[in-house]
Amino acid sequence: MRILICFLIGGLFGAGLAISGMMNPAKVIGFLDLAGDWDPTLAVVMAAALAVSVAGYAVKKGRARPVLADAFQVPSAGIVDARLIAGGALFGLGWGIAGFCPGPAIAALSTGRWDVALFVVSMVAGMAAFSLMPKAK
Amino acid sequence: MDAFTPLQGAIGGALIGLSAALLLLVFGRIAGISGILGGVLPPRSGETGWRAAFVAGLIAGPLVVAAATGNLPAVELQSPVWALVPAGLIVGFGTRLGSGCTSGHGVCGLARLSPRSIAATATFFAVALATVYVIRHLAGGQG
Repeated sequence: MRILICFLIGGLFGAGLAISGMMNPAKVIGFLDLAGDWDPTLAVVMAAALAVSVAGYAVKKGRARPVLADAFQVPSAGIVDARLIAGGALFGLGWGIAGFCPGPAIAALSTGRWDVALFVVSMVAGMAAFSLMPKAK
Repeated sequence: MDAFTPLQGAIGGALIGLSAALLLLVFGRIAGISGILGGVLPPRSGETGWRAAFVAGLIAGPLVVAAATGNLPAVELQSPVWALVPAGLIVGFGTRLGSGCTSGHGVCGLARLSPRSIAATATFFAVALATVYVIRHLAGGQG
């Protein structure tokens, strides 16, 4: 039951990526290319997603625990450190090159394209490389 | 270049936000795709079932949209195929090093005004904007 609900929640996310056009690197790069023929769609997607998720976080404040779990597992506010900035910068570089971030890349596997799969396999390899580093946690 | 599509953007974005809100309120979890995917890979930490189900849903969602609308959403690559390998590697490594991506930091983190997420989001947007500018307008590659 929990697994099915999680699958459906993931399905909503994937459907949102597909409908919004964010599965398409052309739309993402179109936003990131300020000096080109700028496509503001990504900003609309972010704003709409934020509006609904802010409401979700507001509802959370009045609740002691999630519906189907023992506790909320939200990261506590930590400090902004070099690791966070370095990771963000590396991610931004790859995102700018390919126009894929993790969610849309996985969702785009639905097209069955081998070039999308090549990106996802490389991304998973990058994640695995990170886990293999000493003190990865 | 594709035209501005605000209506589809708003509907799709609202679904993404709804998914993030439901994952939080039902399971108490952050809808961070890089974290969810990283948690499925070995060495595994904690439960993997819900994470695998969420990832499967991510792939199934677009198929439902395709079945409903009659055509699969477009995926138009903007880089040479070979470039997908280094780009994928650094997206994977960078999102784990930086503890999040566009969903975890960009949507969930900003929604709760996390200082770390605001800093991470500003960083990856700034670097991505600079990267696209260099590739498209300075290197003159794919403009």
